[in-house]
Amino acid sequence: MAEELRVVGQPVLRRDGMGHVTGKTVYIGDINFPDMLHLKMVRSPVPHARIRGIDFSEAEKVPGFVRALTSRDVPKNVYTILCLIGVGPDEEPVLAEDKVLYRGEPIAAIIAETEEAAMEAVSKVRLDLEELPAVFDVEEALKPDAPILKPWGTNYFIYDYEYDQQNAFRKVRFGDVEKGFQEADYIVEGRYQTSPIEHAPVETTGCVAKPEPDGRITVYTNTQALFFTLDNTALILQIPFQKLHFVGGTVGGGFGGKVDVIVEPIATLAAMKTGRPVKYVFTREEEMRVSSSRGAWRIYIKDGVMKDGRIIARRVTSYADAGAYNRHTPYAVTKHAANVAGPYRIPNVWIDAYCVYTNRQPASAMRGFAVTPASFATEVQMDRIAEVVGIDPWAIRFINAYRNGDMRPHQKVVEDATLIEVMQAAAEMVGHELPEEFRKMSSWEREDGNG
Amino acid sequence: MAKVRGVGIAAVNYPTGMNLGGDPSQALIHATTTGNFVISLSSTDLGQGLKTVLAQIGAETLGVPFDTVWVDTADTDTGPHCMGTFASRATHRVGNAIIQAAQEARQVLLEVAADELEASPDDLETDGEGNIYVKGSPDRSISVIDVALAAHFKYGRTISGRGIYIKPKSEVDPDTGKMDPDSTEAHACTVAEVEVDTETGEVTVLSLRSAYEVGRQVNPALVEGQITGGSFMGMAHALYETTQPYYPGVDHMPTSFSEYVLPGPLEVPEIESVVLEYPSVNGPYGVKGVGEMTANSPIPAIVNAIHDAIGVWITDLPITPEKVLRALEEKGAAEG
Repeated sequence: MAEELRVVGQPVLRRDGMGHVTGKTVYIGDINFPDMLHLKMVRSPVPHARIRGIDFSEAEKVPGFVRALTSRDVPKNVYTILCLIGVGPDEEPVLAEDKVLYRGEPIAAIIAETEEAAMEAVSKVRLDLEELPAVFDVEEALKPDAPILKPWGTNYFIYDYEYDQQNAFRKVRFGDVEKGFQEADYIVEGRYQTSPIEHAPVETTGCVAKPEPDGRITVYTNTQALFFTLDNTALILQIPFQKLHFVGGTVGGGFGGKVDVIVEPIATLAAMKTGRPVKYVFTREEEMRVSSSRGAWRIYIKDGVMKDGRIIARRVTSYADAGAYNRHTPYAVTKHAANVAGPYRIPNVWIDAYCVYTNRQPASAMRGFAVTPASFATEVQMDRIAEVVGIDPWAIRFINAYRNGDMRPHQKVVEDATLIEVMQAAAEMVGHELPEEFRKMSSWEREDGNG
Repeated sequence: MAKVRGVGIAAVNYPTGMNLGGDPSQALIHATTTGNFVISLSSTDLGQGLKTVLAQIGAETLGVPFDTVWVDTADTDTGPHCMGTFASRATHRVGNAIIQAAQEARQVLLEVAADELEASPDDLETDGEGNIYVKGSPDRSISVIDVALAAHFKYGRTISGRGIYIKPKSEVDPDTGKMDPDSTEAHACTVAEVEVDTETGEVTVLSLRSAYEVGRQVNPALVEGQITGGSFMGMAHALYETTQPYYPGVDHMPTSFSEYVLPGPLEVPEIESVVLEYPSVNGPYGVKGVGEMTANSPIPAIVNAIHDAIGVWITDLPITPEKVLRALEEKGAAEG
């Protein structure tokens, strides 16, 4: 990279900026066809129930009602988004079959001539539900008397089905953590809890599926991942991949909220069943209460620390609240396990991380994925350690900072570390004078020669 | 009762790419007859400016003006596969695919130019302004437009290239958690200053000052956009936002922005940053990834600043005025 760069590194004006600020950029809301139908969803009003019956008789009388879709209309109704990268088993229905696991879970789709007619027909559908006991707390969900939500008999994701089901959460084992605690001068413990939050995109999730004269379906969508969504849609509908043509544009804010495959399969099915374009766009209420959120995490950290500030042992137990279904949470838990020891050199680490199911709207991906709660927990824990040991919050981080060449708990050698350098730059920026030993530190060497 | 101030810090890493790899992205590039270059992709722009950044990378490698490079994307019939825009991966993965495609296209460009200039392709250089010249003899030059015309109408050659980038998939050892969960790591350190009103429990973030290390900035204005937006998002997560205010209960979930508490323009703190560049080994021009991490370090920095101000640890997000007042009450009771 020695050559001189001409364009890379320049703050060139973004080309789509003028379109965004003048309202000319095309979003899903702008895509309409003359004979287009609208789809709205009948949703569960309760967090956990058995479905005894669905009565469409009053809904069918609403002027503009076209048809309803239930789970029996969906060729492969039960799926899991990450099946494409080998995560299984299938566990989420496109439309609920005999049970619902969260308030807002889709039960039946109503297709109508107008959005208003679809909403009115939805309100006329009568559900016969038998409410079941629900579980909302991640630790309660793991107790023996909790209602079991999954067919495999546990309320947590099984990582290695072939391996040991009782013990199949995500684990990291590095060094001897108990020995570390015995040798430590201090034990510092913390509990950290985050809340579910909303992606709050300006544009809500949505799509339009349009049958073409050549027999294909064009799907205009604001997904963050076109092929991923196309492939999942074809698998759910059991149609050849070449039947689908997906077109995206500028997404009106993603933040991870548009990597689930939620609106496209059912809208495409509706287009196939009616032979007309179908639009399915979440309302703001659906975006907040139904579409997946940033999952809540509960994290317990126990650290063994020496008088000089060195952390010599860290034990972490993390519970990701996946809500009712997998979505991207099993993958998030793995990313979390790789990062929750923090950007520090700790010789003994023990991590247990669970993807736990509860009766709430599913969690999924969001900016920072499972690293956001990890960074929150580990960085507040660092200040707690500093307080207990009686040293400065800057010092505790410099003393423990990882450097290039160190081995991380998941047994990968660090090669791009610049933690020390960003701390030096931040200290300088705010006028905080660091002691010389920290000013001279580098991510590329160790003072003791063990670089 | 008073308004008390506190300062807190946090230092974080952030991994680039889908954590276990196996997430390819492709790019195809071709020149039009008049020397424009089209980069065909299926990656979506989320409003962060991806298309602009990718055109910059393409123009850099091709050695042609930015204004002549256009990104055609987000269509599964015309664009080759992209895993998606998430995991701080798009600039890294797609950028690498574009470099590979652009190198192949550039080679054809130089070969045709060499025929026209009666020189060796190895002796040619692009000036980045739409011309190709013989090194050491700038008067022996030809425009990219003329090379493209000659390629099409005289030599019957396509000026085009194909690129793909994939980090091979890593498996996780179920017993030890051994894995390769990232391509590269970006870093950040944030210093937060807050003011806590001990009468109302309200926390005001006065400033967020951060140092970021992102490998290489392709477009510093867009990096700054990520920093500003991310800092605000992190602050909102720390102090305001929740879809389930009585978590783990599910009562009183919001239905609109009038019920979902987001900070507004009046709550925007002073946001200041410096960006360091230590190019990564495997990113395009040394890129790491800045998209997600900017929301992370503000959260613990704010929590630590609140502790610095009022001496209590509140580790249950979001830190609402109610939680601040309850924590102060508990502290008061404990101190008698």
